[in-house]
Amino acid sequence: MGYFLQQLINGLALGMIYGLIAIGYTMVYGIVGMINFAHGEIFMIGAFISIITFLVLGLVGVGWVPLALLIVLVATMLLTSVYGWALERVAYRPLRGSPRLAALITAIGMSIFLQNYVQLLQGARNKPLQPVITGGARFLEGGDFTVTLSYLQMLIILVTIGLMVGFTMLINRTALGRAQRACQQDLGMAALVGIDVDRTISLTFVMGASLASVAGLMFLLNYGVIDFYIGFLAGVKAFTAAVLGGIGSVPGAMLGGLLIGLIEAFWSAYFTVEYKDVAAFAILVLVLIFRPTGLLGKPEVEKV
Amino acid sequence: MSPPQPALLTVEHLTMRFGGLVAIDDVSFEAPRAKITAIIGPNGAGKTTVFNCLTGFYKPTAGRLALRHPQRGECLLERMEGHAIPATAGVARTFQNIRLFPGMSVLENLLIAQHNVLMRASGYTIGALLGLGRYAAAEQRAIKRARYWLDRVGLVDRADWNAGNLPYGDQRRLEIVRAMCIEPVLLCLDEPAAGLNPRESAELNALLSFIRDEHKVTLLLIEHDMSVVMEISDHVVVLDYGRKIADGTPDAIRNDPAVIRAYLGEPEEEARP
Amino acid sequence: MHANHARTPFDLGAALKDAGLVAGIVVLLTVALVGARVQDISSGPPVVFRFDDVIAAALLAFVGRFAIALLRGGRPRPVLIAALAFALGLSAILVHGVTSAGPGLTRLLPFASPVINWVIAIAAWILSARAAWLQWHATSTLDAEAREAREARMDRLGAMVQTWARFFGPLLLGVAVVLPFLPGIDRRLLDIAILVVTYIMLGWGLNIVVGLAGLLDLGYVAFYAVGAYSYALLALYFDLGFWTCLPFAGIMAAFAGILLGFPVLRLRGDYLAIVTLGFGEMIRIILLNWYTFTNGPDGLSGIPRPTLFGLPFTANPPEGQASFHSFFGLEYSPLDRIVFLYYVILGLALVTNLFTLRIRKLPVGRAWEALREDEIACRSLGVHPRNTKLTAFAIGAMFGGFGGSFFATRQGFVSPESFTFIESAMILAIVVLGGMGSQIGVVFAAILLIGLPEVFRELNQYRMLAFGLAMVAIMVWRPRGLLAHREPTVRLADHAPGAADAAPEMRT
Repeated sequence: MGYFLQQLINGLALGMIYGLIAIGYTMVYGIVGMINFAHGEIFMIGAFISIITFLVLGLVGVGWVPLALLIVLVATMLLTSVYGWALERVAYRPLRGSPRLAALITAIGMSIFLQNYVQLLQGARNKPLQPVITGGARFLEGGDFTVTLSYLQMLIILVTIGLMVGFTMLINRTALGRAQRACQQDLGMAALVGIDVDRTISLTFVMGASLASVAGLMFLLNYGVIDFYIGFLAGVKAFTAAVLGGIGSVPGAMLGGLLIGLIEAFWSAYFTVEYKDVAAFAILVLVLIFRPTGLLGKPEVEKV
Repeated sequence: MSPPQPALLTVEHLTMRFGGLVAIDDVSFEAPRAKITAIIGPNGAGKTTVFNCLTGFYKPTAGRLALRHPQRGECLLERMEGHAIPATAGVARTFQNIRLFPGMSVLENLLIAQHNVLMRASGYTIGALLGLGRYAAAEQRAIKRARYWLDRVGLVDRADWNAGNLPYGDQRRLEIVRAMCIEPVLLCLDEPAAGLNPRESAELNALLSFIRDEHKVTLLLIEHDMSVVMEISDHVVVLDYGRKIADGTPDAIRNDPAVIRAYLGEPEEEARP
Repeated sequence: MHANHARTPFDLGAALKDAGLVAGIVVLLTVALVGARVQDISSGPPVVFRFDDVIAAALLAFVGRFAIALLRGGRPRPVLIAALAFALGLSAILVHGVTSAGPGLTRLLPFASPVINWVIAIAAWILSARAAWLQWHATSTLDAEAREAREARMDRLGAMVQTWARFFGPLLLGVAVVLPFLPGIDRRLLDIAILVVTYIMLGWGLNIVVGLAGLLDLGYVAFYAVGAYSYALLALYFDLGFWTCLPFAGIMAAFAGILLGFPVLRLRGDYLAIVTLGFGEMIRIILLNWYTFTNGPDGLSGIPRPTLFGLPFTANPPEGQASFHSFFGLEYSPLDRIVFLYYVILGLALVTNLFTLRIRKLPVGRAWEALREDEIACRSLGVHPRNTKLTAFAIGAMFGGFGGSFFATRQGFVSPESFTFIESAMILAIVVLGGMGSQIGVVFAAILLIGLPEVFRELNQYRMLAFGLAMVAIMVWRPRGLLAHREPTVRLADHAPGAADAAPEMRT
């Protein structure tokens, strides 16, 4: 029971990270209809900017953890979202209206580029970070297994929920959100009624990138070590989450992320750790074959 | 004038729902053999959806689509897979927004329509790869058939052009003769006259009459251009909001009050009962 | 065409503002990742700063953007002078830096890495060439018009290359055949040639799937891996030779292709791509973890080398057995085996090519291309989409399997490390860059992407970076691929006329 609860907590924290990345996939897919394959690399860049900022703050001597965290959060969201913006502007905008596969090939090209860009600049080795947040609350201490909810996991869960709430309000209440929903329905029509489509799409990438950068920060704090290759697996898993939840649906992305996180945690705990990545891929294949619209997605009618 | 033999296609109680939306509601009609049947109706009446059900792109929610194939007997289209409908039931179609293979040549477009014949002749590729002779002759025959149809629509000189580079009217005609290359018994044309000028429209009428009279193919036609409909169709079915509101000869349809109401709108006092 | 004569108004303020904006974005992009480097060693500071690189990048972005604005505004002359001076100066310093080791002028270089400096010098040369072109030729500055003209120009170039290929191809083949005996070919170059030809073969195999059938397969390496491990395991467990196993390896890979393809080929294009990627990774993870069968990350070693009709290429063959050199009465040379391997892969590649050329003219090949063009139209004509795709998938996989078993026999060792996603991406890049569906394009792309970085080792660390950039640039610039040009598989003009009068008997 204790062990189960512990895995539940671990899975939820992990799932929150996947969910944050998955939102980026699902929003872009909803509006532009393309798989932004390079989104995983944006997450990786967010993690790298976070570690650099932490180390610089350490050099400067900002020792108070909440302040350091806040600065890192702001810096990584700001700088990473510039990457998201530039990615769309340079690689995707010229291809709007081209076949889907052309955009996907571009996205793969960008993904390879960004990975190697970071590898060249920062080196191929693992980058460790000293634990920033330690300790946690303990439960069921008398039983056979002590459950720990670390402060870090609390932070991850709280920040993610906070971001989700803010983000949902943004989509439902603001003019930008309305423009986004309009673009999701019909790009051409949205442009006709005077919505600045370019700007809306750019802002979608910016928002997706800033959420992914927060996920990158969480990943860094959670695992304490990153390398230039983390974007690939995390990206594929987050994409799986987006598909599982129903691509195009933001709540679906979060739900899918949580499910993938939980599945991964329980799979590692009760089956074999080695095959946990196979599990994610297998889910992706199964969902696409048997329920391509995902859990919360709308069915797509083939236009003839 | 009732057809002397049973109709080629009998549609009974066809219904198609998308979620809560009823696109076609209990529609029944017949397409007499070697005649042109036009399906008309205002936008959104469900005409293309009928075609999509007939050609296997949608599985109808309910209803029976029976085609009496002269050689293969009765085919129930609602039970067949999309690609099998042209191949075994002999139902060909064109699309509202032309669907050619734009990057391939005109001739290649017509050869793909004969894919199943050629596949068999090539021994499912293996025979032809080993250089067995039967395929070369089959390809010659296929090219001959293509040339015959290209000659019909005056495209022989452009046979080696990319289909996407043809002018619009030629693309429409090419799509029709491509469909004819599968040797269909039923040809479904989705707005073939859309975007054609009067001269092209007249040529189209001649082509369709030729297909009906010389090749004894049954035609099903969605059309907005009433001059085309009235001039060449033998039988007209009128749909409105997914229901059939009239069915008869062009002359009878022209004077049908329900049809006039659907097209011109209801008089003011009747509109809000 | 006359846009240049009527001098378009040039807004200096707007251009400066725009250039400043771009420079600002470059600063934001580079300040963290370029400006600071996380140190790997635990002693000393955890990060070192390189803000000079950030400043250099921002300045270059500013100047470059301003130059482009000048060109667009019809003011090529100042750009020509400045870019030419910059390009000349930079190139001179770079050449000087190569010839003399002294620090002196090299301090003026914008970046520490010579490769990046060269790239900037080349960009400056291109900019000056463009400016010169605009100075002496009046070209349209309208984007759409220019784009169309460029498309037409590139299409003509593609057509020209294909016409040349008819003469050039046999010549290239001739060179390929005598390559091992050319003067100056040593073992290193021959190894590179084997590598290049391997990728040409894989590119041709994947071209069937991506170029002809239009199915984006991101997990091609999985079939390569299946081929390699099939041969390795068959050879090690059952003591079979390369030539016996080769067909098996191909069949196993094709079987894997069918197994994967059957459920997923009805998915839409981009979903299919992601699923194939997942499949590729799954195969790799399974190979990595199924220790008892595949020996896990340690891989399988001692895979037998190929023989020539049973003649091994060893110095001391087992007792009572002849080897290649003793049988032919030659001096033993370790190079013999390399030459033989080269011919094996050359033969395999040629088989792949001939097969593709032939099948393109058969109904199934035409159906592949038609499916790429419009799947819905195909269904309406009675082409079975899934079965047709499945054949393309299986045949592509089969050639991947052949390539894989060659890889295993060449290395004598296989491990899961050789079959990462990067490998798939590399093969895909070759196909995409060459022009999807173009056979000769694959050859050029493979020489460019595999051969060049192998010969110039310094380029190696930039290889994948350039791959990624090139994929983006090609798709943005010319989505159908660099040398894409399609010739019809059959021409009516080549078939005797007179069928028109034979029409009546054709009637149904």
